[in-house]
Amino acid sequence: MSDSNNIFTKFKNMPVDGIIKTVIVATALCFVCSMVVSFAAVNLKSIQEANKAIDKQKNILQVAGVYHEGVDVNKTFSSFQPLVVDLNSGKFTDKFDPSIFDDKKAAQDPLLSVSLENDPASIGRRTNYATIYLLKKDDGSLDKVILPIHGYGLWSTLYGFIALEDNLNDIFGLQFYQHAETPGLGAEVDNPKWKAQWKGKKLNNESGELMIQVAKTQKYKEHHIDALAGATLTSNGVDNLVKFWMGKDGFKKFLNNLKNGAA
Amino acid sequence: MSQTRKQLLVDPLVDNNPITLQVLGICSALAVTSSLNVAFVMSLAVIAVTGFSSLFISFLRNYIPNSIRIIVQMVIIASLVILVDQIIKAYAYEISKTLSVFVGLIITNCIVMGRAEAFAMKNTPFNSFVDGVGNGLGYSLLLMCVGVVRELFGSGTLFGITILDPVNNGGWYVPNGLLLLPPSAFFIIGFLIWGVRSWKKSQVEAREYKIQSLEVH
Repeated sequence: MSDSNNIFTKFKNMPVDGIIKTVIVATALCFVCSMVVSFAAVNLKSIQEANKAIDKQKNILQVAGVYHEGVDVNKTFSSFQPLVVDLNSGKFTDKFDPSIFDDKKAAQDPLLSVSLENDPASIGRRTNYATIYLLKKDDGSLDKVILPIHGYGLWSTLYGFIALEDNLNDIFGLQFYQHAETPGLGAEVDNPKWKAQWKGKKLNNESGELMIQVAKTQKYKEHHIDALAGATLTSNGVDNLVKFWMGKDGFKKFLNNLKNGAA
Repeated sequence: MSQTRKQLLVDPLVDNNPITLQVLGICSALAVTSSLNVAFVMSLAVIAVTGFSSLFISFLRNYIPNSIRIIVQMVIIASLVILVDQIIKAYAYEISKTLSVFVGLIITNCIVMGRAEAFAMKNTPFNSFVDGVGNGLGYSLLLMCVGVVRELFGSGTLFGITILDPVNNGGWYVPNGLLLLPPSAFFIIGFLIWGVRSWKKSQVEAREYKIQSLEVH
């Protein structure tokens, strides 16, 4: 007791600007602060992850056009059927549980992904397996397909979803749920007016060539999305990533299979 | 004690407002005032950080070596900001997406550092806490004033509730898009400073330099 008291008084009597006291104060403070910060980070992580998951589900609802203010996200989301697709064969696979399969993690795993040589979306590696979502009509026929897409814009990778109509060629909507583009310029990809352009555009022309384009000048009305003013590089990024994911290295094989009932 | 506790709390609201008089913390005031919900959460975050950082720094003021005092203050402020950021991310996820980096940037907000260095290092913990909260409130008051103007005339709503029915929804009000962009906050803060200084003449700064008239020989 008296011993600890001695150490304490000794510490108290040290000159405040002495080297020893400076080091002790600095170390103790850093230790306490790091404890507080890590405690908060670890304890709140599960709530934050849950928020992120709900946000992702909400984005899927929005892109499919079934979201409105105050809707129960979890309940509405249960009408979507998540499925894992093997991008190389273009067929559904039951190797993974679609409710927990993580595309982003798979893209980092050498066993589950490929390094891209032709990489217009600048994503480096592409996962071999992707989680997609099917929305069925009441009679059980296909209503919409929601496909995950991502690619590099100007500052960041944009993660989003594209929703296709049941003919698998008409776009119903496109939406990004995570990006860090310049607010007011590139971040206008979130602008409802810009997003509304995607509705009704066609991915492929009649002979099956991929024609969809984000560009400043319009070539074909039914395939054209107006690029964002003041955000050329973000627009190019969106153009590239949509072309990549809808192309032969992306979901094209799967979409063809699904159309022919062979998925 | 030259100031009473009440003065510590109330003075920073108008008489010594950190934004209008000291012109500090402008950057985040531009960024987060386009909607009142966001401005309100940001205000709470800043009040919490200025209050508690002043409290803790004041507790430690006799143990903080002079040579590393700024770093010590920064460590305490930064830890509190991370704490606040984590809590907002957990309990107000939607708003945290809009606030993005600006919660993190409270660390560099001059108001927080200013109070720590100018007040908390020399005063008792409770007074420092009151002073911190007062300055946080002063910042918040201005944020809310700017937010009301920007949200009401920029999108016709207050706290997301429609007040002026915008044309897009079939109403009569044409929203002024400029007010949703950051530069508009500059104009509003400018007008507010003008207004406050015309009302409280003592806040007008003395002219540092007067242009001399040329003498003709």
